[in-house]
Amino acid sequence: MTDDKLIIGGHEFTSRFILGSGKYSLSLIESAVRDAGAQIITLAVRRANTNKNENILDFIPKGVTLLPNTSGARNADEAVRIARLARELGCGDFIKIEIMRDTKYLLPDNSETVKATDILAREGFVVMPYMYPDLNIARDLVNAGASCVMPLASPIGSNKGLETKEFIKILIDEIPLPVIVDAGIGRPSQACEAMEMGAAAIMANTALATAGDVALMASAFKLAIEAGRRAYLAKLGRVLTRGASASDPLTGFLHD
Amino acid sequence: MVRINGEELDVAGSTLSEYLSKTDYDANRIAVEINNNILPKDKYSKTVLRDGDIVEIVSFVGGG
Repeated sequence: MTDDKLIIGGHEFTSRFILGSGKYSLSLIESAVRDAGAQIITLAVRRANTNKNENILDFIPKGVTLLPNTSGARNADEAVRIARLARELGCGDFIKIEIMRDTKYLLPDNSETVKATDILAREGFVVMPYMYPDLNIARDLVNAGASCVMPLASPIGSNKGLETKEFIKILIDEIPLPVIVDAGIGRPSQACEAMEMGAAAIMANTALATAGDVALMASAFKLAIEAGRRAYLAKLGRVLTRGASASDPLTGFLHD
Repeated sequence: MVRINGEELDVAGSTLSEYLSKTDYDANRIAVEINNNILPKDKYSKTVLRDGDIVEIVSFVGGG
């Protein structure tokens, strides 16, 4: 298991849990990261406030890779602008592209995401595009230089789980990059199921932020993701289409 | 007037460094854009804010 690495843009990670940092208090971030065992945490870029005591970077343990997102962008140009600002903030070259045109369903704009991926990959970013799970777009993202694809499981923040399961499976089968399930995963069991299917990692935020105990839920997700990964590596047992198959020897006593 | 993070401020003529020194922004934790162009940190002290400039000062916040 120790040599089972998640590789994104040439960077190696042993954790397969990408943690979001939105919607919960800064003081909980450190314990959430620790209990999640997370090595990557997402951030957003916004107008700075002038309160020096409230910078999120002070609450993130050292050694954790920062993954800024482009939330707030409505098209490729805005995403590129945010990505460049994020890089100027001096915390590395990772960028999660998130482009949304509507505020009701918050669905990613796949075609603008391909455009932004193309521009940012050329500029040397490690591009992690959030997307609606569409095979043709995923192939375009690969060709544009993405380092992974991040299909949504269900609408962002909904905690509804793996509603797009069939389409994520297709991406896992066909895309030669890590498929990281992002958005909509609400329970550890759903994260586990996605990992059993062969997802490379899980990104979660709202599931933790809206839980009764953020850090405890972080640890629950960690265990579920690890369990799912091990099950995937172990290869699941077969399912009978009908009948039964005894687990015990049927002869050797009483009736033989 | 200079528009900084959406607010019209009477700071034309001063450098960005001068403006920042009078505020509580943490200069190590911000990125600055003037009229849509990113301003590298080493240019803060040489860049004079001009009337009509649109300045955005951003930092990281929690997000998913």
